[in-house]
Amino acid sequence: MNTQDIIKPENLVASRPRLFTDAITHYCPGCSHGVVHRLVAELIDEMGLTDRTVGIAPVGCAVFAYNYIDVDWVEAAHGRAPAVATAISRLNPENFVFTYQGDGDLSAIGCAETIHAANRGENIVIIFINNAIYGMTGGQMAPTTLLGMKTATCPYGRREDLNGYPLPISNLLAQLDGTCYVTRQAVHTPAAVRTAKKALKHAIENALAKRGTSVVEFVSTCNSGWKMTPAQANDWMAEHMFAKYPLGDLKNRQD
Amino acid sequence: MKGNEAIAHAAIRYGFDGYFGYPITPQSEVLETLEAEMPWETTGMVVLQAESEVAAINMVYGGAAAGKAVMTSSSSPGVSLKQEGISYIAAAELPALIVNVMRGGPGLGTIQPSQADYFQATKGGGHGDYHLIVLSPATVQEMADFVGLGMDLAFKYRTPAMILADGIVGQMMEKIVLPPFRPRRTDEEVRRQCPWAATGRHGRDHRNVITSLEMDSPKMEENNLRFQRTYAEIEANEVRFQEYFTDDAEYLIVAFGSVARICLKAIEDAREKGCKIGMLRPITLWPFPKKEIERLSAQVKGILTVELNAGQMIEDVRLAAHDAVPVFHFGRMGGVIPNPNEITDALLSHFPDAKA
Repeated sequence: MNTQDIIKPENLVASRPRLFTDAITHYCPGCSHGVVHRLVAELIDEMGLTDRTVGIAPVGCAVFAYNYIDVDWVEAAHGRAPAVATAISRLNPENFVFTYQGDGDLSAIGCAETIHAANRGENIVIIFINNAIYGMTGGQMAPTTLLGMKTATCPYGRREDLNGYPLPISNLLAQLDGTCYVTRQAVHTPAAVRTAKKALKHAIENALAKRGTSVVEFVSTCNSGWKMTPAQANDWMAEHMFAKYPLGDLKNRQD
Repeated sequence: MKGNEAIAHAAIRYGFDGYFGYPITPQSEVLETLEAEMPWETTGMVVLQAESEVAAINMVYGGAAAGKAVMTSSSSPGVSLKQEGISYIAAAELPALIVNVMRGGPGLGTIQPSQADYFQATKGGGHGDYHLIVLSPATVQEMADFVGLGMDLAFKYRTPAMILADGIVGQMMEKIVLPPFRPRRTDEEVRRQCPWAATGRHGRDHRNVITSLEMDSPKMEENNLRFQRTYAEIEANEVRFQEYFTDDAEYLIVAFGSVARICLKAIEDAREKGCKIGMLRPITLWPFPKKEIERLSAQVKGILTVELNAGQMIEDVRLAAHDAVPVFHFGRMGGVIPNPNEITDALLSHFPDAKA
């Protein structure tokens, strides 16, 4: 058997999502963004939503998300994606509207917009990449940075007396009546990716069914910002991040 | 009705798709009237009280990005909060309408009328090189009329427009004729009118992306040059103003908004005593009626600007007049409104020869 025998459509188990553009991403090798982008692109395509999806890109590493997934996009000001999504969703209720935000964008500068959009129960999906660091600006402390974790702006480790505590924003969002589904996922193993895809699909179904706001947090790696190899970052995430941000559904309301 | 109420009614009748606001005195009646009218039951217009002015302007950004006719209103401290979003709207070349019913500042200031946001409205306000089309209503009728005019201009040039009103015209009650009802555009009409909008692809063979980001400096410069070409076109085509008694005027008052009406009373009184005073009222504060002031500065012996601020528009008047004649400023601040006699006295103190 040679490679030509193997490369046949019937043997295909995975392919590049049809909704991916030809652009080469700017993400660092090993970063979680790429896998999450793939899940987003696959689900929009598989669920037949290409023609009625509008994504809201954040400020942060995913600022160029609009270059990679071939649907309509609006690039928001830092933290404002849930407000932008609110208007687009309300003005075009037949559209599927999602935001794609990092921890700085969503839980620091955009905390108010996030909480209030979720509290209004906007029929959107908030995709939340939590890697506990500001990746794009060079590895500064985020609200979700773990205690003791070293970043460019807490070079000796985050201290609760100086910097306060890691913010479990998804736990807060799960408390709100406007959210129907809040879940915490990861994409560091094939099994986790499969589970995460199911969770994201459920969130999208919620938005289409107008059940309220769904939040899918992806506990993620930033191996560049963490100054680790991708494999080390995955291990470190499983050991430290999951302790503070355990995976699983925080809320799943079916009505 | 009140000026603020006129804004709300005119917005529904124009066929606005969305209003996003946050309460602040002296403009809260805009949001209150819209909520009471419930246009979502009639025209389908979305009305939403946001959690902040920051959120409200970013909702406007989102709605405008989707090609919808959207607006917000606020008053001075709230409009300061909106500057981030306004800069993004201008940079993304989106049409939108922003209403500022000015109150006295700086800071929390006062809830009384002011015109102290002239610089902010006409010189950029937020970061970067951009301009708003700025309309200055002097009457409740103009409050209503400029809602449609402002949004039409915003669509025409794909740039945000602002109604720069003040607490007087916002709170004042006058009889007006409301514009006729127009149906909201259908989604198909929106897609046809705004082929650039993030509506969802709906069969389009490419994605639409609304962004103000461009990392390649030469391309970003090209974007800026395109903005400037739009602004030059607006300056060439959209200057609006009104002249009063300028035919034989020897002295000129330049005033905008509600204060122009107080000035008009002062001029009428002075003319009864034989003082040949005229007035130019800029209706568009940007683009500013430079040529008209230049023309009149060749005719008159002196100019007085009257503003509810420390002297802001006077800078544009002096630039337009090229210092051909002396230009002075009279203003009250902090929410104080001058009476006509004060204005006449100020003019005569600077120009004693104006006395008949």
